[in-house]
Amino acid sequence: MINPHPGLPELEYVKPASLSEACAFLAEHDGKAKPFAGGTDSFVRLRDGVLKLDYLVDIKGLEGTKELSFDSKKGLTIGAAVTMNQVAKHPDVIQHYPNLVQAANTVASYQLRNRATIIGNICNASPAGDTIGTCMILDGVLNIKGTEGERTIPLNAFFLAPGRTVLKAGEVVTSITLPPPPAGMVGVYKKLGRNQMSDLSIVGVAVLGYPSAKSPSGYAFRIALASVAPVPMEALKAEAILSEKKITAETIADAAVAAMDAVTPIDDVRGSARYRKLMVRNLTREALTEVWAKLSN
Amino acid sequence: MTYSRITLTVNDLVETVDVPQHMTLLQMLREKLSLTGTKNGCSAGECGACTVLMNDEPVNSCMVLAAECDGATIVTVEGLAKLGKLSKLQETIIKTGGVQCGFCTPGMLISATALLKRNANPTETEIREALVGNLCRCTGYYRIVEAVKESAAH
Repeated sequence: MINPHPGLPELEYVKPASLSEACAFLAEHDGKAKPFAGGTDSFVRLRDGVLKLDYLVDIKGLEGTKELSFDSKKGLTIGAAVTMNQVAKHPDVIQHYPNLVQAANTVASYQLRNRATIIGNICNASPAGDTIGTCMILDGVLNIKGTEGERTIPLNAFFLAPGRTVLKAGEVVTSITLPPPPAGMVGVYKKLGRNQMSDLSIVGVAVLGYPSAKSPSGYAFRIALASVAPVPMEALKAEAILSEKKITAETIADAAVAAMDAVTPIDDVRGSARYRKLMVRNLTREALTEVWAKLSN
Repeated sequence: MTYSRITLTVNDLVETVDVPQHMTLLQMLREKLSLTGTKNGCSAGECGACTVLMNDEPVNSCMVLAAECDGATIVTVEGLAKLGKLSKLQETIIKTGGVQCGFCTPGMLISATALLKRNANPTETEIREALVGNLCRCTGYYRIVEAVKESAAH
């Protein structure tokens, strides 16, 4: 349903003084309150009536949520309140994780990316999240705080279903840590939307590759796919093919077909399931070819 | 209804406003401060008609709560002209005919002003990328892009 009115349903804006206070409030008002960073997903869903809340709990400015720092041993830490534009223009991110910059820059528009956050993209748990796949194949780990303390969880174990995650009542994702990228990594993000820029993805393909002595082929590849399954997913069989067989145009084509066979997309306003499957094959092949051209150079 | 009292700077003026906590920045600008230059289009962060500068960066004001803006500095289209004199970009967009119905113009001007601040000499692709979140319902993009190009050249 389209709500033409600019207003949001009545709710309270809560600004806690600490993360502990935020967690306690969220636990006490479970189902009625949500952490609020950029609000770019929540506002739309609140206006449409899909999301009903009594409280928005602003976590911007709470300890650690604005951190954006790189350490050659620990990797990159992105706090929950760090916007996509802040990530995309950070010199260390540009240098070490150019594929994340590329993925972030495909999201909506410049002004939306001034509000939208990477952690919000992840916690929204949409299969279409453009930055999720790249964070997944970079082996991202989420740092979570709850009423009973802190825990970490690998991003690839975070999603349960569209919009559903393993987060428990009162838990807040405070940041994500991306380990240092593998030596010699080349990564790309290919996005197919209804227009060239700004739309949600019909299909999104994140690929990275790097030289690896452990693989018979001499290279390891990681492939994550968006908008083609209930949750963001990795194409494990395609990755195995690229690890085992000598990398040629034929191996790449085989891996792209394996990626296509692994997905379970739906028909929706943006594209049919059949179209999505074929586009997974084509974009995976394109992405792998592009990455391989740079790797083998 | 719960209210917040916020103090912020809007177009160089310090304002103290009582706002319902679910009121957006867009609503506050239009309904509390009578700054109706900023438009409501899609209410979903897609059309960019409501774009304003918040602490020097463009944001969709329909996607920001007024209550969050305590201490913020906001510039709307009304703040682009100084002492009654239009900005260079405003003059150029009139000259190139980049204004048709005018509904998208305030947001276009804000996004383009922000672009020229971070990149004084943008390419056509960079201009189009920066304006991707501003939809023109007359589809008069060509002359809008021309205006930004010409303004940058000066």
